[in-house]
Amino acid sequence: MAQVRLQNITKQFDGVTAVENIDLDIADREFMILLGPSGCGKSTLLRMIAGLENPTEGEVWIGDVLVNDILPKQRDVAMVFQSYALYPHKTVQANIEFPLKVRKVDKAERAEAALAAADALGLREYMGRKPGQLSGGQRQRVALARAIVRKPAVFCMDEPLSNLDAKLRGETRAELIALHQRLASTFIYVTHDQVEAMTMGSRIAVMSRGHIEQVGTPNEVYAKPASVFVAQFVGMPPMNILPAGTLEEGAHLVGVRPEHLRIGSGPLSMTITLVEQLGHEMLITGTIADQRIVVRTASDVVPPSVGDVVSVDADLSARHRFDPVTEKRIDTP
Amino acid sequence: MPTRTGATRTGSSNLAVIDQVHGLRRVGRYSILILMAAIVLFPIYVMVVGAFKPANKLLVDPLLPTNLIFSNFGDAWRFGHLGRALWNSLVVSVLITVAQVVTSVLAAYAFVFLRFPLKSLAFGLFLGTLLVPLEATMTVNRRTMENLDWINSYKGLTVPFLATAFGIFLIRQVFLQIPKEMREAAQMDGLGHFGFMREVAVPLSRPTIGALALFAFLSSWNQYLWPVLITTDEKYNTVQTGLKALKQGGFSQPNVLIAGTIIIALPIFIVLISFQRQLVRGLTAGAVKG
Amino acid sequence: MTEALTPLPTVIPGLDRKTARRRRKSDRGKYRLADSGLALLMLGPSIVILGAFVIYPLIKAVFLGAQRCSVQGCRDTGFNQYVDAFRSTQFQNALLVTAKYALITVPIGLVLGVALAVLADKYMRGVGFFRTVFSSTIATSVAVASVIWFFLLNKDVGVIASWLGGTAQTPGYLNDPGTALWAVSASSIWANLGFTFIVVTAGLQSVPKDLYESAYVDGAGGFTRFTNVTLPLISPTLLFTTVVLTTRAFQSFGEIDLLTSGGPRGTTTTLTYLAYGNKMPTSGDDGLRATISILIFLVLVVLALAQFRGLEKRVHYAN
Repeated sequence: MAQVRLQNITKQFDGVTAVENIDLDIADREFMILLGPSGCGKSTLLRMIAGLENPTEGEVWIGDVLVNDILPKQRDVAMVFQSYALYPHKTVQANIEFPLKVRKVDKAERAEAALAAADALGLREYMGRKPGQLSGGQRQRVALARAIVRKPAVFCMDEPLSNLDAKLRGETRAELIALHQRLASTFIYVTHDQVEAMTMGSRIAVMSRGHIEQVGTPNEVYAKPASVFVAQFVGMPPMNILPAGTLEEGAHLVGVRPEHLRIGSGPLSMTITLVEQLGHEMLITGTIADQRIVVRTASDVVPPSVGDVVSVDADLSARHRFDPVTEKRIDTP
Repeated sequence: MPTRTGATRTGSSNLAVIDQVHGLRRVGRYSILILMAAIVLFPIYVMVVGAFKPANKLLVDPLLPTNLIFSNFGDAWRFGHLGRALWNSLVVSVLITVAQVVTSVLAAYAFVFLRFPLKSLAFGLFLGTLLVPLEATMTVNRRTMENLDWINSYKGLTVPFLATAFGIFLIRQVFLQIPKEMREAAQMDGLGHFGFMREVAVPLSRPTIGALALFAFLSSWNQYLWPVLITTDEKYNTVQTGLKALKQGGFSQPNVLIAGTIIIALPIFIVLISFQRQLVRGLTAGAVKG
Repeated sequence: MTEALTPLPTVIPGLDRKTARRRRKSDRGKYRLADSGLALLMLGPSIVILGAFVIYPLIKAVFLGAQRCSVQGCRDTGFNQYVDAFRSTQFQNALLVTAKYALITVPIGLVLGVALAVLADKYMRGVGFFRTVFSSTIATSVAVASVIWFFLLNKDVGVIASWLGGTAQTPGYLNDPGTALWAVSASSIWANLGFTFIVVTAGLQSVPKDLYESAYVDGAGGFTRFTNVTLPLISPTLLFTTVVLTTRAFQSFGEIDLLTSGGPRGTTTTLTYLAYGNKMPTSGDDGLRATISILIFLVLVVLALAQFRGLEKRVHYAN
């Protein structure tokens, strides 16, 4: 059983707080994404789960074992680094076998397990090569193969796709999802890319500045963001946040996604500053009360001209309300 | 209930787990380090203590600062003419350092930024000189010095070393890192080669040039065989040959000899402490990248 | 005087393509030559110095090595002199001594340097002090280090000599044929420690930390990490250090000159000392000196080649 529980975790480096009072429950076999901008503490959390950092305060549980003082190798976790961390002098086979070699698994068994892992990632023909002779995508797969060869309970992955080009990233995303389903293990995945988070995760923990802003399924995080930060971090182009009083009466902030704003009639008045035809859709940028707003419409509409002033509205159901001070979501009962 | 797990590893919470060294391993490490440091420092320590002792008391409490006298340093200075030796070494080393930096920068610039025929041939030739050890050329060079009557002179001590292939390669490596676009942008701004060298190439390469300078200074200061070969007049002793002379003359007074050694070793020690970073850079120019 | 510009693509409107291409070709030659004057100016000093004091002497030495010289002058003896000199007992002895010297100092120096560099590579309090201590011997010149060890080992006043025993009757460590080379080796290992330590420490910095952490998560302990991560990834540094230390050992002169003068009974006569030392068969005879020098050169070349060939396959350059 490999559920992971972080309880009241705090980590400080030299007086700087990296994460503070984090509570997080990751279910067995879940694909949990830790999403956030650089410096938010997501990698620090991952490293504490893997055992590469000690929490300053708090407890880390894997299964029903308190692992704070337990070495990584006994925690049954595997880690995939952003740089892949492959041994440049060893062959692909030796790289994959390494975790087993350390555990003194005998040669024949090692080779067999390594081959199985390699096959799972399509690396059979590269077994004799060295990392220097492989492409970036192939190296990434070797790193994955090495992680799965031990069949650990928990997989920790630290931005494994960020060194790949966009096309490769898309392909590998699909492979990772398939891998997760096949292995039925717990995946904990760190990224700053919200597209990765939305497409791969069963749940996302959105982090900012050492805190978790929201934990939820991709849908929940998108449709019901718990704070202005989450609202603007997830979804591209980001949600428009209208200042208090512009769309509705009241002191609260109102957020509306670009695709939910309608041009035509409405209480808002927008001056167009930019029209972008993307082929499948059109992005219209303008200002409402000095605030930059983006509207997403179908591409077969007659585009307005820069300088036009148009009326804009949003359905009640499409409005997200946030407290002007805490920036947290206000749910009207 | 949350527990303070940080307490089990206090003081090291800033370090990643892999960098933390605890308990027995920590003690073990420190023990070996202290032991080895003592062994390495031992010769220096004995030397320093011995320099303050009179000749007949050298083996009495060799490690303890007892029976101290201070005259050894003055004696060493006078018997070994160390003042003159220091001056000679300084002049020679500075001349060589400046010359090597200038010639290396110029030559490296030519190889990197200029186009001329036979470039590969010239480069190969320079490369070849790196393989030639000093011993192979010293005999002929000494005869050349005799013919030019440069024995016992600054010229003899410096001229053969005013250029170095090592320096050319070192600076060339750095110049190669300067993006082509910078040269082109400089051209658009109207900078010719010397202007570009002065305004862009050299300033960008300052750390490596510094490392080369330190290296050149160190090598020429420490030279032994060549000064021995071409200096017979003690007026032209460098510190290294001066030390040899002091040893041969002052053998009956080893405490004076050792005091002289301290005087001679001190300047370089100070220089190296001041320029540690350049030293590492120069040494590792060939090592780390392979 | 106009300074040459790198040729810009010649697209001049009004000119047809064929003419443009023709023009570009001849331009290349023109631009190449235009740099030549400046190149000559910049390379000149180096060419003169290296030509006069490295290339010329090397060539001349080859011929000088086929002569015998004395105060009266030099006379030809033929190139067989090289073979004779190589076969001579003195040369063979010197070769043996030098090889033995290298085999003692290089492995010990390397192991010591690596061990200390690794030990001092952790963030512990005071580690900076230890690093300074281990690097400090680089501040000693050959002469300074040799005199220090002379002082330590000398039978009359040497501290180490007195501790290790021996009375005024025994020859003393520097004068005993059985121990003299070891004594000189000790001085050399000590003196070179600073260099080895600094270079290996720098090499250790270039090992990516991720690799250590990955091995750690996979369960590798300290020694396993050392053999699987540290050693392979600093192998270029180790090769470099080995080559430098071996070359230094084969070129050793100062330490011999100051500690033992080649004796006792030739047990510390290294190759370079044979060529340039006091009271050696080569003294006063530039021809013979040249012969030995050229032979040394050849030995060094063979040595360098052997090291690169032999060791390079075990060196892993991280791409």
